[in-house]
Amino acid sequence: MQCQNCEKTATFHITELAAGKPQELHLCEEHAREYLQTNDQEQAAAPGLASVLAHKMTVGQTAEDLARLDQRACPVCGITFYEFRNQGRFGCPHDYTCFAGELDQLLLNIHGETEHVGKCPQRSATASERQMEMIRIRREMKEAVSSEQYEKASELRDQLRQIEDEVSGE
Amino acid sequence: MSRVNLDNMAEKSGEWLKGEGPESDIVVSSRIRLARNLTDYPFISKATELDREEIEKTLRNTVTDVSKQDLLDYLDVNELDDIDRQFLVERQLISREHAESEGARGVAIDAGERTSLMINEEDHLRIQVMHSGFDLVAAWERINEIDDRLEQRTAYAFHSRLGYLTACPTNVGTGMRVSVMLHLPALVITRQIEKVFRSLHKISLAVRGLYGEGSQAMGDFYQISNQITLGKSEEELVTQVGDVVPVLIDYERRAREFLQKESHENLHDKVSRAFGILSTAQTISSEETMHLLSSIRMGVELGLLPELGMGQVNELFIQTQPAHLQKISGTELDTADRNVARATFLRRHLNREDINGSPEAN
Repeated sequence: MQCQNCEKTATFHITELAAGKPQELHLCEEHAREYLQTNDQEQAAAPGLASVLAHKMTVGQTAEDLARLDQRACPVCGITFYEFRNQGRFGCPHDYTCFAGELDQLLLNIHGETEHVGKCPQRSATASERQMEMIRIRREMKEAVSSEQYEKASELRDQLRQIEDEVSGE
Repeated sequence: MSRVNLDNMAEKSGEWLKGEGPESDIVVSSRIRLARNLTDYPFISKATELDREEIEKTLRNTVTDVSKQDLLDYLDVNELDDIDRQFLVERQLISREHAESEGARGVAIDAGERTSLMINEEDHLRIQVMHSGFDLVAAWERINEIDDRLEQRTAYAFHSRLGYLTACPTNVGTGMRVSVMLHLPALVITRQIEKVFRSLHKISLAVRGLYGEGSQAMGDFYQISNQITLGKSEEELVTQVGDVVPVLIDYERRAREFLQKESHENLHDKVSRAFGILSTAQTISSEETMHLLSSIRMGVELGLLPELGMGQVNELFIQTQPAHLQKISGTELDTADRNVARATFLRRHLNREDINGSPEAN
């Protein structure tokens, strides 16, 4: 078979899948390479999380805004926006509420949507304030212990037990 | 829960490698995973060691209680040695991240190796169900049922608008990854594979190698999976991935037909040489083995190697991996020794009397 662009023998038989009906192409090595390379450049792969996060920081904000945002911390787990931006991982479920303002654009970039439409837990598992409180107390307890504030730690432990009892009593 | 005997596991393959199920000549396996987190603990990156221990204990008890009929075995991944961890990665029962991370973590596995529940991976819980062949709907029904049972005993982190909350916002919503592993050697030979990938990217599907993110496409195996987890229902995601699979199967079949018609001698030669090397080599690397086994697998599918079965070839892919070889030989081996052990293993399995009528000559 002859290359459809020149006199040489077609050694590449390409099936183009993107445009509805499959399209067959028969090309020599040289024209095949040219064709594949041109198509490569057209291709914009789905943005990865890192590039989405990096991109987000380059538009629309002054350096001051950015610095202030970066320092904002979740009251529950203590993660700063800067940490999140670097790791691409959140520290606790509350971060989705705490950083809600920044999150919507990020979710749009990743998923093209901002609302869940799938399965929901049968029992009501909406992260309650008390459960967030438990995460916060455990963290403060650990900090108290490491700074040798044992009295504070034991107060916190009592608080934690009280909440645990209330939750399990329901 | 009884303690799994990993040494016995090495000699057989999991359910999903049987080479059975719909379209199993091209579709090796169908896999679905769900990411879930407990609502009253931080995600792993902010969890203290104590948090991790408590999460592990809580989830381990829940998993044990709700899955009695599945006879799940629980492994404390933190206590396993490196070879055992790598062994579970090779069988796709845990992720590389799970094997390589630190601290309290574990995995529950069912006897058929279709279900695995990783505790303290990137999320508190990662449920995975894997079926042989192209069988996504059944895999979804199975994992959904497991998730329902766990949910009755656990408060998952869930947001009314955003759905299931995950450590990484790329998984939020359904927390679901639907993936299908395909063997596409003819698309590789005819150099159409790159085009296929570009088309898949355009419809928001991801393509990965045999062992997931960042892994090389070894042995012409490719995993196709959804990129998006939010804004589509679980059924829609199953459909999104499921719809593209028959198209890919069709392209691969057509590429094979083309090769058989246009260059039958070359194709037969490639398969025969692959068999020749694998059945006689004295030392061989993992990469070369994967590469040649891929040709053999295609040869089996095209009827060029009637003496071999698909399940048998699938097993060779797994059993010639580093940790499997070491488990089978019962001793730690360095790379050079592994290459010799691999060649010996391959000769033994490809020269059996019941395969070609002549026992190995040594």
